[in-house]
Amino acid sequence: MSEQERFISPDEVRHVARLARLALDDDEVGRMALQLSAILEHVDAVRRLDTADVPPTAHPFPVENVLRSDTETPSLDRETVLSQAPLAENDRFRVPRIMGEAP
Amino acid sequence: MASPAPEFASLAEIAASVRSGGISARALLSQSLGRIRELEGDLHCFNEVTVEVAEADADAVDRMVRSGQDPGPLAGVPVALKDNLCTEGIPTTCSSRILAGWLPPYDATVVSRLRGAGALLVGKTNLDEFAMGSSTENSAFGPTRNPWDTGRVPGGSSGGSAAAVAAGIVPLAFGSDTGGSIRQPAALCGIVGVKPTYGVVSRYGLIAFASSLDQIGPFATTVADAALGLEVVAGHDPMDSTSLERPAPSLLASLAEGVSGLRVGIVEDFLSDGSECGAAVVAAGEALAIAGAKVDQVTIPELLLGLPAYYVIAPAEASSNLSRYDGVRYGLRVDGPDTETMNARTRGEGFGPEVKRRIMMGTYALSAGYYDAYYGQAQKARTVVIRAFEAAYRNFDVLLTPTTPSVAFPFGSKTEDPIEMYMCDLCSIPSSLAGHPAVSVPFALSPERLPIGVQVLAPALGEAVMMRVAASLEAAAPREARGPVTP
Repeated sequence: MSEQERFISPDEVRHVARLARLALDDDEVGRMALQLSAILEHVDAVRRLDTADVPPTAHPFPVENVLRSDTETPSLDRETVLSQAPLAENDRFRVPRIMGEAP
Repeated sequence: MASPAPEFASLAEIAASVRSGGISARALLSQSLGRIRELEGDLHCFNEVTVEVAEADADAVDRMVRSGQDPGPLAGVPVALKDNLCTEGIPTTCSSRILAGWLPPYDATVVSRLRGAGALLVGKTNLDEFAMGSSTENSAFGPTRNPWDTGRVPGGSSGGSAAAVAAGIVPLAFGSDTGGSIRQPAALCGIVGVKPTYGVVSRYGLIAFASSLDQIGPFATTVADAALGLEVVAGHDPMDSTSLERPAPSLLASLAEGVSGLRVGIVEDFLSDGSECGAAVVAAGEALAIAGAKVDQVTIPELLLGLPAYYVIAPAEASSNLSRYDGVRYGLRVDGPDTETMNARTRGEGFGPEVKRRIMMGTYALSAGYYDAYYGQAQKARTVVIRAFEAAYRNFDVLLTPTTPSVAFPFGSKTEDPIEMYMCDLCSIPSSLAGHPAVSVPFALSPERLPIGVQVLAPALGEAVMMRVAASLEAAAPREARGPVTP
């Protein structure tokens, strides 16, 4: 597959990997560009389909919002849930910092 | 070369002997665990054999029998579950490094219903990571081998469950089917596999892959056993908002009613010239005609849009569902200086190549500038497939296709080319997109003595008629075409 025929470039792969929060090394980026291009070529029949009067289907059957009655029921035990976390502290999940240093 | 293994007693017979005290659940469990000891080294069906849990289940059943209570319709039946079904306090990995060691805080609804019916949980079975694959080669813990030929794949993604039933380890197992992950391994392993109508079986506790497609269903060596397994787990569940508000379908009662007068359509579009799987479908049609059905060929070319539409829709849904594996609440964490880096490193190390490909494909198809061209168009193609089925079912009660384009293939033969692997799902995907039920029935053996499955498709909630047709095919098929076998 030549560069021109590629559906997705290594730079685009890096952009999508960032959106997907997926760390890929350079080898993976190169392989992914080729493989995703092959997959996109395969699904091109869908992109080219004439769908002027066709509505989309998101779900096999009509889905309605389901509400239960407003009665208290026990939820999962906090200790059991936190016991599965990679890191927990003071009854909470602990994560690395989420914002940069203050200016 | 595999040799035939002793047939299982039917599930109804097993449960009847346990209920009457003729055999203990403990004795049935010992048989199953003995078979695991004998074969697991060759086959690798299981991620975890849950000996202590199964012993506790068996003792509970035996105590109920002794005290005059009824343990239920699966009394003493050893059952294996695909390792993407949550089991409280029992490791549930999806065959992924990212979930290794995780202990779910609750049971899936199918797990509590099986226990409530007297079944014994003997283990969690291997799968393609997060149910993405058609060979079980994408498991982070190594592949499962096909008991018919251990040099070949068992199919996937529910390969461990299919192989466990086909090797005579358990008479009943459960898997999940998103685009064919029950039917395809059932076909490759010479057993029966059912994908129910979307919403018939609760997805509560099934780890999500593509939520508009995923369904749980049974594997067994006979149509009647698969029907009983489905009856036990089906029916409305308030814990799944997409669960249909209907009671479990009654299937066993009408299984023997035959196919006289039923209109059966053979879908020509999946009969590639000279393929042994296509030839089996033609022979299946002849068998049904002899049994009194009205059999015709039909062309539904729109169904060929299913595969490309699926490989946009399923990855799109997966990319969203799998965003929860971020190193915060459960599973693996690979540290980083900030949360975003930690998330990306965790996912980069925790997921295998196929899961990464699907997350990337799905994220791309949903991203700005491509959403309408890919995801939007695929949703419309899904409508085109559904409409084509609606038109066909005006003239036919059920449709027949091969379950798979080919028989079980050697390890490594499709791993280098993702598209080759995706083609395995060609015939099973259309009914998944439509939410319709489908069943694979073992019907023939190839010249190299590998099983060939025939797929029966029915419209939504057409399980009863579909299983009647499956029972007729089973009656017409040679006994040697189905498991259990000893590798």
